[in-house]
Amino acid sequence: MSEITSITTPIRLDYTYTAGHATQRFLLGMAEGRILGQRCPECAKVYVPPRGACPKCGVPTTDEVEVTGKGTVTTFCIVRIPSDVLSVPPPFTCAHVLLDGADLPFFALIQECEFDKVRMGMRVEAVWAPKAELAATFESIRYFRPIAEPDAPYESYKEHL
Amino acid sequence: MAETTSTRLTAAHVLEYPYRRSVGPVLGAFFTGLTERRLVGVRARDGRVLVPPVEYDPESGEAIGEMVEVGPGGVVTTWAWVEKPRPKHPLDRPFAWALVRLDGAGSAMLHAVDAGSAAGMRTGMRVRPRWKAEPEGNIHDIVCFEPEARGTDPETP
Ligand SMILES: [Zn+2]
Repeated sequence: MSEITSITTPIRLDYTYTAGHATQRFLLGMAEGRILGQRCPECAKVYVPPRGACPKCGVPTTDEVEVTGKGTVTTFCIVRIPSDVLSVPPPFTCAHVLLDGADLPFFALIQECEFDKVRMGMRVEAVWAPKAELAATFESIRYFRPIAEPDAPYESYKEHL
Repeated sequence: MAETTSTRLTAAHVLEYPYRRSVGPVLGAFFTGLTERRLVGVRARDGRVLVPPVEYDPESGEAIGEMVEVGPGGVVTTWAWVEKPRPKHPLDRPFAWALVRLDGAGSAMLHAVDAGSAAGMRTGMRVRPRWKAEPEGNIHDIVCFEPEARGTDPETP
């Protein structure tokens, strides 16, 4: 055998992820085609997806809030490197989408739009999986697509960048 | 609508980094040796042979690279018994993790020893490598160490 110049040293950690109460509510909502968040009883911020507590106030977020799939692109990036995880061929655009009524941007894929036409303030909506394929996963929302609405003014989302 | 307490969503989550690292000339010699079922170490400035080899002298920090063949037999200097092997352990039955000082070496190397039971383990016992059928140039070319035939221990009559 020839000279050994390199070795593989794989590192692999097998976790079992448990959603917990708040994320579980959100995921079960996904299975019904609904987007559920939680509102902080002190500062009134709405977290989607909810994590069960307000990171600012440190109190449990007990009030459930449903928001629609409409929102505004706050920031985005164009992905030009292929990934085993995403089936979409590059280039494509990923964005932070601030859902109407929510205070936490949602990381999402933007489709049905040229990758280089995505912009800050662009109005988008969620495109859901067919009803039979809805499940307790983020993937129930396949992607977001542009809607025929004027861009949101910068002031409306500047607090969420 | 109401949250069912019986539901507890869980999912498998795998974090994996499939690293490949270059080994350089010194460790490269060790791994290349494994493909030929040879064990090699490096001579330190004080004359000791270190196995697995290192690129720099542990005392002076000088670059070293004089390769010396050792083993294949050796002596267990310390060990810990594993009663319930985990999925990625080298053996699927109870075994010992042991430090093995190969013949001619001045340092000990960590590897598994297949001794059947903890009663078969002893500090000072002699062991020899069990080789994989087709070595590939990594530490798993040594499947494990196994006790040498009875009576070969220097401390047994
Ligand atoms: Zn708050």
